[in-house]
Amino acid sequence: MRFDCVIIGGGLAGLTAGLKLQSKGLDTAIVSTGQNALHFFSGSFASMQEAPAEIIELFSAAGIKLHYEKGVRLMPLGTFRDAELSLEDIELFKAPKFAKKALVVNLSGFHDFFASFLAEGLEKQGISCQIRSINFPELEALAKSPSEMRSVQIARIMDRITDKVIREVRMLLSDEDAVVLPQVFGLQDSAVIEQLRKGIPVRVVFAGTLPPSVPGIRTQMLLKRRYEALGGTFMASDEVLKAHLYEGRVHSIATRNLDNHFIEADNFILATGGYFSKGLRSNPFGISEPIFGLDVRFDENRSAWYNPSFAADQPYMKYGVVTDASLHALREGKALENVFAIGSILGGTRPELGTGAGLAIRSALEASNQILNIK
Amino acid sequence: MNLQEFTQSKYNFEECMKCTVCTAYCPVLQVNPLYPGPKQAGPDGERLRLKDPFFFNYALKYCMNCKRCEVACPSGVKVADLIQAARIKHDHSKPKLRDRMLASTDTMGSLARPLAPVVNATIGLGVTKSLLDATLKIDKHRTFPKYSGRSFEGWLKRHAKAQAAFPEQVAYFHGCYVNYNYPQLGKDLVKVLNALGVGVQLLEKEKCCSIALITNGMSGKATKQATHNVGVLRKAIIDKGLKVLTTSSTCSLTLRDEYPGLLGIDNSDIRGAIQIAVRYIYEKLEGGAKLEFKPDYHKKIAYHVPCHMERLGWGVFSEKLLRSIPGVEFTLLDSNCCGIAGTYGFKKENYEASQKIGEPLFNQIREVNPDVVACDCETCKWQIEMSTGYKVMNPISILAEALA
Repeated sequence: MRFDCVIIGGGLAGLTAGLKLQSKGLDTAIVSTGQNALHFFSGSFASMQEAPAEIIELFSAAGIKLHYEKGVRLMPLGTFRDAELSLEDIELFKAPKFAKKALVVNLSGFHDFFASFLAEGLEKQGISCQIRSINFPELEALAKSPSEMRSVQIARIMDRITDKVIREVRMLLSDEDAVVLPQVFGLQDSAVIEQLRKGIPVRVVFAGTLPPSVPGIRTQMLLKRRYEALGGTFMASDEVLKAHLYEGRVHSIATRNLDNHFIEADNFILATGGYFSKGLRSNPFGISEPIFGLDVRFDENRSAWYNPSFAADQPYMKYGVVTDASLHALREGKALENVFAIGSILGGTRPELGTGAGLAIRSALEASNQILNIK
Repeated sequence: MNLQEFTQSKYNFEECMKCTVCTAYCPVLQVNPLYPGPKQAGPDGERLRLKDPFFFNYALKYCMNCKRCEVACPSGVKVADLIQAARIKHDHSKPKLRDRMLASTDTMGSLARPLAPVVNATIGLGVTKSLLDATLKIDKHRTFPKYSGRSFEGWLKRHAKAQAAFPEQVAYFHGCYVNYNYPQLGKDLVKVLNALGVGVQLLEKEKCCSIALITNGMSGKATKQATHNVGVLRKAIIDKGLKVLTTSSTCSLTLRDEYPGLLGIDNSDIRGAIQIAVRYIYEKLEGGAKLEFKPDYHKKIAYHVPCHMERLGWGVFSEKLLRSIPGVEFTLLDSNCCGIAGTYGFKKENYEASQKIGEPLFNQIREVNPDVVACDCETCKWQIEMSTGYKVMNPISILAEALA
């Protein structure tokens, strides 16, 4: 099987590159091994300080509304963080004191939302807070299996009873000028978010829950659907086992499902993520990249990998695959002509491209531009 | 040195990070609160079961074995295998008569085939359905697939000579459905392969792949049949050097992955040669072979990737083949389970859940409004046809129909 470009990894970076290339007329495939970091997505793209018109357009075609302004957002434990480019679920404020009086609403039996931390955090900003819990009989069936009283399962039910949620919240409101709700709405369609904002007469702020992330899953689903609608081939549930290299180029890859049926392409984009998704592997002797055997930057002295202070920045998070200026990946010191590395497999090796979701998007667009220029 | 190689646990269960992503994709969990969910039933429960089998939970029977949890898992944990293996190991309850009947596709087929017109007329009757519903708890909404008066094996035997004349040969694991219910699919495969200059042989004597036995608590019988099948597959693959093709995604998955994974039968020497026919045909065409299509063929096709096809990672072959037929307007349906999962949806206690699971798929099919839904799985076909009224065809049959 042959494609213009094969992208290894179906997370935010891989899907963004796939969407861009496919929409420019290239025939591409994404090989994905299980789900990805979008399932832990906060809703804001870290380190996107510039207004990225291209990404807003690309996502909007997929049905994902992004908004961009410089501001702060409410974090799941009641702190505030700078944020710019965000999903529509995320409210951006000029300053942390976004209201005079807020009502924090949880759902009875839901333990993955931290209402009291949130209230404490808001009080610190001078927002007086009340916590209330709503008991929806619709959730009772879910509560029978306590381990499954989780964001996604709840969202499936909430999305069916949005009108009722609006009524219940309105009944609890007295003189508050803001409501804080858990991010358990709009699993399939962000119209639910809009509906809540319209139906509740005060400012509605959604705060994060424990994973999986409801807006993240929706984003993943919409990006994948758009990619496939553009004719892209999404191979879920496969894994690249081996790459065939010849004179500084990769000409094909072998996967677990297709065994001796190799996938050929002009270009390959490596978007396999960091340690969690096994884009990078570590053992007591070093850190490696398993598919192409790329050069990885890390400290030879293993005790330097960690900072004993748990909450500090951990040096191992900065390690990653080494690339040249145009994101070609390096192997034995030399750039592979047709292999680009993007997303969190870069770790902190390209600080100018940012971190997290910002790094994913920026590097994806950069590598895609390189490939389109070659064409 | 790769230390992880030496520390890998069975079904990779120690790789579970408790990220809960699998629970977001389990179709059963969305509709049945009695099911503990893949994480709890799989790796979490396994930790307890290893301590004491007392912790085995009979609600594991609600798992459909669709494998969507495995497709979703970022850490490579074989969640569904863990659940099915636990059922095999710990559930010693005797399967009900109904489950034994539903699972014995081979025996039921052999008994029903000679009496096909009578059987078809009888099982189609409302009275019979109500009776089956009341006595055996087979849901009355379900219609059993009709039995064919003539088996596919009989048909191919009559054409064996003509098939042997083709320069290239493959063997075909037709499965129970093609043999007893719908020989036309087998005939369509023969037509397409013949057009490529390939003749089709039967295996020496295949038995049911046994997936229904495995999921209905009859792993002993399943192991016997699987051992037999591996024997006849070896004869074709190793002795004769043939590839063995299938037209059912679930048969393929069972022969390749469930035999070693759940029944402990080593098939590593033949696994690679067992392939779904669309892959073989795609490779032929890629290698330069040509198929002549009707110049005026036109069809709007919506392709549903069956769960097991997704797990196998082979949906791409069906998609590419269907797209390559001139005159085909192609839509790839979203990745969703149709809800039937083989014999699962036939059981009265699962009927409602089964229909709820399939709803997003059914709705999308109605929205797309295709001439025909394409799908590589026979039970998905029954479910989609019953629930939407749209006709469902195997991609092989669509290819055969479009041939000049």
